[in-house]
Amino acid sequence: MSDLAKTPSKDPGPTTDAPASAAPVPAVDPRLLVREEGLAGYLTEFKRKLRGGELGSLPVVIGLIVIAIIFQMKNDHFLDASSLANIAVFTSGLGIMAVGIVFVLLLGEIDLSVGSVAGMGAAVWAVLSVTHGLNDWLSVLIAVASGMVIGAVHGFFFAKIGVPAFVVTLAGFLGWSGLQIWLMGGEGSINTPEGSVVEDLTGHFFAEKGAAYGLAAVAIIAYAGSLLLDAKRRKTAGLPSRPVSEIVLRTVVVAVLAGGAAYELNEPSGARGLPLALVLFLAVLVIADFVARRTTFGRQVFAVGGNAEAARRAGINVDRIRITVFAISGMLAAFGGLFIASLSGGATKSLGGGNTLMMVIAAAVIGGTSLFGGRGKVWSALLGMLVIQSIQQGLNLLGMASEIQYMITGAVLLAAVVIDSVSRRTQKSAGRA
Amino acid sequence: MIHVSATPVLALRGVSKRFGAVQALTDVDLEIHTGEVVALVGDNGAGKSTLVKTISGVHPIDDGTIEWEGRSVRIGRPHDAQNLGVATVYQDLALCDNLDVVANLFLGSELKSASVLDEIKMEKRARELLDTLSIRIPSVRIPVAALSGGQRQVVAIARALVGDPKVVILDEPTAALGVEQTAQVLDLVERLRERGHGVILISHNMADVKAVADKVAVLRLGRNNGTFSVADTSNEEIIAAITGATDNAVTRRKARTATAPKEDAK
Repeated sequence: MSDLAKTPSKDPGPTTDAPASAAPVPAVDPRLLVREEGLAGYLTEFKRKLRGGELGSLPVVIGLIVIAIIFQMKNDHFLDASSLANIAVFTSGLGIMAVGIVFVLLLGEIDLSVGSVAGMGAAVWAVLSVTHGLNDWLSVLIAVASGMVIGAVHGFFFAKIGVPAFVVTLAGFLGWSGLQIWLMGGEGSINTPEGSVVEDLTGHFFAEKGAAYGLAAVAIIAYAGSLLLDAKRRKTAGLPSRPVSEIVLRTVVVAVLAGGAAYELNEPSGARGLPLALVLFLAVLVIADFVARRTTFGRQVFAVGGNAEAARRAGINVDRIRITVFAISGMLAAFGGLFIASLSGGATKSLGGGNTLMMVIAAAVIGGTSLFGGRGKVWSALLGMLVIQSIQQGLNLLGMASEIQYMITGAVLLAAVVIDSVSRRTQKSAGRA
Repeated sequence: MIHVSATPVLALRGVSKRFGAVQALTDVDLEIHTGEVVALVGDNGAGKSTLVKTISGVHPIDDGTIEWEGRSVRIGRPHDAQNLGVATVYQDLALCDNLDVVANLFLGSELKSASVLDEIKMEKRARELLDTLSIRIPSVRIPVAALSGGQRQVVAIARALVGDPKVVILDEPTAALGVEQTAQVLDLVERLRERGHGVILISHNMADVKAVADKVAVLRLGRNNGTFSVADTSNEEIIAAITGATDNAVTRRKARTATAPKEDAK
């Protein structure tokens, strides 16, 4: 065997310079990215990632803090309980749609039809349940299923026929809103009946204080538990694991956020408790995140988004992945449409129109999912939606006109895409993209 | 040094392949034994890539037979080749830049426990595999985008070994690499031989071929143009076979004027 492989090469690698000329061949390649143990190692790793342009969720978190400070200074009702609960409720419907968009963006594609599919889903539910008197639950199920079928149809035209996703979903954008208006027929809107499932989606609050606190506690315990379990398993397998200090730090951050949110939902006067909408949104996020990161399907979505040809050669059924992802997007769009119907008091002919589509796509991108495919997190749907909704809420409180809101949201979206592009360029020059 | 088994693990007999009006391969024979590195050389358009694609199932053969461990098999799609134990590392590597090394190594054959990805088992296996091949990369958890060209090449080769194939096909593994990185890849090819894999190495670089190959199979215009043992063949002889330098007006005249015209296969 040759010693060549053991000598560090002299080309400028992505890591630090190597003292290659030193006489003895080092036992450990000096270029290896060995993380120091403990918190110090965590910090250096974090700094190295920042320098390499791997910003992750940092810009959006900073953005959220800045937004909160600015609006709180302008209007001290911004961080009030009712205001925060409003943000939580308004976030959920569009946020669920944004989760579907995150999957599509991970493929490196776009789905322009989500707004129309949302409107159509709401129309299907309203016509079946209210006009034809079908069972409420069954109607909801059929509405969501119809969204899934529509998404699968988009995926079929994209994957099997080879029509660009942009065009397929643009056709869908027109076509499905046409179907929506046709379904609604003569009526301009169908109001949500009292006590229906859809009304509860955003109208129901768990007033008992135990609900919010309990959910926060479960989240904290589950988070810390999974981190500890993972670290323990890695240790027994002899692999490098997260230092305990990092686990503690992460848990503390999650605990402060979850506990703070639960407190805000429960304690202040006028607080209504834990909104069902938030619970459903979080459930969708947790399930989608699990699917994306821990299942073969999720891994294959990332692979197809990164290099479709490589994925195909690795034996992945690329067409199946693409169709499934568009079906997920359609399904979540229809589900989100029911939330919007719930908020606005019923299905209308224009539901899902206007800026719904832009808000959903903007949320996913602002949250940090790359438009270029293969990079992103499901949680970016939540972060991005929080940014957009906070801005809207804040501007509403300030009594700003909607045209101003549009302009500001547009500027924020542009800023997010600029950050995405610039950080990608930095990653490229740092050899990380 | 080389333990050549009696039956070749993979043998092509009289393989032909036609694309429309182009006869890409004509009656090509090729044998690969376990623990043997066979270099496949030839000029551009000689049919090297087509031959490799017939083995890896991308293009099914029109004529001839493919024998796997002595019995005749049909390779109609890439899946068939993979099931037999043929792994191909293409020139463009086919790695997903956005995924880390572990994810790339197990792409398409992820390890799972109860239908959830078993990252720990995969990372452990990845480390073991890279260690046995003496592959050095900064970390198994950084995206492939962060690796150098040579590191990507060895990761791509390592990935071909995850399914423990009997035959590994390397398509120009050193084409885009520097001196040092080429040496690393050649080391790796030698380790593949030590581990008992049969290796088909496509290369344009005579130095590489001489360094690691046991046999050189020359293709010229879609036909066999000689198989040489590397140990007792000079570069010139191989290059002559590649370019067809021995086949020109002068040699043909010589053959005609000779009293006993002998067809020289070389």
